[in-house]
Amino acid sequence: MTKSLFLGALTAVGLTAGAAGAATLDDVQARGHLNCGVNTGLVGFAAPDSNGTWEGFDVGVCRAVAAAVLGDPMAVEFVTTTGQTRFTALASGEVDMLARNTTWTFTRDNDLKFEFTGVNYYDGQGFMIPKELGVTSAKDLDGATVCIQTGTTTELNLADFFRVNNISYEPVPIETNAEAQQQYLAGACDVYTTDASGLAATRATFENPQEHVILPEIISKEPLGPLVRHGDNEWGDIVRWTLNALVAAEEYGITSANIDELAQGTNNPEINRILGTEGNLGEMIGLESDWAVNAIKAGGNYGELFERYIGESTPVGLSRGLNAQWTNGGLLYAPPFR
Amino acid sequence: MTTLTQPPQESFRLSQLLYDTRYRSLTIQVVAFILLMAFFWWLIANTVANLEALGKDFDFGFLGQRAGYDINQTLIPYTSGATHARAALVGILNTLLVAFMGCILATVIGVIAGVLRLSKNWLVARLMTIYVEGFRNVPLLLWIIAIFALMTESTPQPRDFREGGGASLLFDWVAITNRGVYVPAPNWGDGAGVMIAVFVASLVGIWAWRRFARQRLESRGQLLPVMRVSLALFFIPTLIVYFAFAAITGGREQAIVAAGATEQSSLADFAQSQSGLNVCLIPGSAASLNLERRLMADDLNYNAVPFTDEQGALAGFQSGDCNVVSLPSADAGPYIANGGFEGQPAVLSDTILRGNPVEFERPVLGGFNFEGGIHLRNSLIALWLALSLYTGAFIAEIVRSGILSVNKGQSEAAFALGLRPNRVMNLVILPQALRVIVPPLISQYLNLTKNSSLAIAVGYMDVRSTLGGISINQTGRELEGMLLMALFYLLLSLLISGLLNIYNASIKLKER
Repeated sequence: MTKSLFLGALTAVGLTAGAAGAATLDDVQARGHLNCGVNTGLVGFAAPDSNGTWEGFDVGVCRAVAAAVLGDPMAVEFVTTTGQTRFTALASGEVDMLARNTTWTFTRDNDLKFEFTGVNYYDGQGFMIPKELGVTSAKDLDGATVCIQTGTTTELNLADFFRVNNISYEPVPIETNAEAQQQYLAGACDVYTTDASGLAATRATFENPQEHVILPEIISKEPLGPLVRHGDNEWGDIVRWTLNALVAAEEYGITSANIDELAQGTNNPEINRILGTEGNLGEMIGLESDWAVNAIKAGGNYGELFERYIGESTPVGLSRGLNAQWTNGGLLYAPPFR
Repeated sequence: MTTLTQPPQESFRLSQLLYDTRYRSLTIQVVAFILLMAFFWWLIANTVANLEALGKDFDFGFLGQRAGYDINQTLIPYTSGATHARAALVGILNTLLVAFMGCILATVIGVIAGVLRLSKNWLVARLMTIYVEGFRNVPLLLWIIAIFALMTESTPQPRDFREGGGASLLFDWVAITNRGVYVPAPNWGDGAGVMIAVFVASLVGIWAWRRFARQRLESRGQLLPVMRVSLALFFIPTLIVYFAFAAITGGREQAIVAAGATEQSSLADFAQSQSGLNVCLIPGSAASLNLERRLMADDLNYNAVPFTDEQGALAGFQSGDCNVVSLPSADAGPYIANGGFEGQPAVLSDTILRGNPVEFERPVLGGFNFEGGIHLRNSLIALWLALSLYTGAFIAEIVRSGILSVNKGQSEAAFALGLRPNRVMNLVILPQALRVIVPPLISQYLNLTKNSSLAIAVGYMDVRSTLGGISINQTGRELEGMLLMALFYLLLSLLISGLLNIYNASIKLKER
């Protein structure tokens, strides 16, 4: 009895340990749902709604991948991760992918052994400060107390920015966005710094958003995107091309409203290839031919996701800016589906 | 008829390993050992294989790389340009600081609460019961966060200290804000070294006196006054040295020299004639503090150019790093005659005092925060109080059990001899109770030290937050970082228990 228990435990440990190495696509399909690492709660990007259903711009990417792989956008298990736990969660196989405003950097890609599969939001680090302090530039922040999420690139940018400008500050390290918000509103820090999109999202939840300003300085490049483990290229390709499909869908005018009609076949061969009525792109990445249809149906194309969760009509109120299509002067540029 | 004198020679059979009690235990142990080794081998091999599959190696080289992040509370100099090893060291020192402060306060609280729990006063005894049960039965993390939240939410922001803000300094010296408590910082003047040396010597003297008094009590039964003498030794020699130096050097005036000033003009006039004041200062010295007070009294804005000693400050003035400096004497003649200046130096009409051996620098409200003084961050205070109160509750129970373990007859016998209650406690009960108290006390100290790793909950930068948090996150060296941290906590715990075991050996019952 004891022996079998021991052997059982041994097998269980062996199985979990082995899982990390196996093909992620097979694991996800066998499991029947996708494990997706998201923020602990950032309105507009990843936050549960009043029914407890996760929604947001980053969540939309997870749902699109789940729809492409499993045909069901709701087949996602969301795992909340902090700035400190996200990489361990991904490396250990606890999550299959991370869609959590994570900046694409050289060391994360190469030293931490991850694979960034694209950029879903071009961001930069900014500062938010109460209007009553009368500060208009980040260079006036000498001696200020700054709330900062630990384990992020913003932490390093902040140190560099103040060092370069030869001004001093007092960092207050904080684990999650919610804690930072509480500390900032209590006045335990003068300034809150994170990605400008995160600042806008946080400010949207304040009682009096107009009493806080985001300073004009953007002190860094923060290309945020989904990432997967290094070494499983097939899985990386699926996540990469799902994101590309969302971007391309906006470019070609494929929306969740007209997709059923377009999926019957159109005159545009590129749209046909994306939607699987022509060619065998789905087969090439190991999925059904209607994978992109499912992904786009999950929450709409990139533009629809943007407008619904973080666009100008939402409380977060971000403009497209750098995140417009390349045809509109932005940086979004999906490679050809061919 | 032959008889067998020898028992038949038993040959060893393999089944004996299982059925013969002489061998069976050995067999089981060997098998268990092999299984254990196999398990560890499997664990390590699996780790190596998985790391290889992830393309990671096992390398401590990250410790030498640039850390790149800032730490708010640093006991040793540290910038974001320092290495991860340095950041880890800063974290280790912060851990040691909070553990040390926590152990002391927990002991004080624990002993008081433990003794009071046995008080005959119903109210006091019940209050202590509530304290002990309240803290012992609620998770430590909750207490840390609760105390931190209380301190953040209930105290004023620094900007409330501005005029009309509704907050004011405590006794005009201490600022309690929601970012921490700012207390006056000591600045050292001439004779500070002597004063500190005398103070340390008097501490040694107190220890020697108490030891002598104890020996006298044991050898001759003679009671010497311990408390009065200790108090006198504690204060009098240090104060004598302080006032002696204050009388000799404290009132001595010293000149202020400015580059490019008109002779005998005032500091305020000079400031008006210049675009900016750069002052060569020695942070932490009494004379520099007086110079800064002088500048502040005139409401002048200035940049402080820090140096480590007066020679350096004078050299800095000579090479033009600053345009104002205070000389260590009232007579500027020899210094100016020395020559080699960038600007034309001139003596100003204002002078400052050399300063007492120790002068206290008040926290002053600057742009965003208080400046000057010592900043005790809320994170440190919250963690310290929570750890002390939590562990103190356990220590209280240990102290109570220790006191109760001494037979009632002991105190009755002592009372029968005519000893007063506090003597009974000090001479009869506590020495016997300590034998029971110290061993479990060691494990409470260890608990407190290890529990300090909850620091990240309030953003206190201990070793778990620096090496085990940010460094791991920035470099991706989870395994190495965790192993290093485990090693640190292991060594620290062994050190603490080793030291306390020495103490335990000195107080335990000596059987002859």
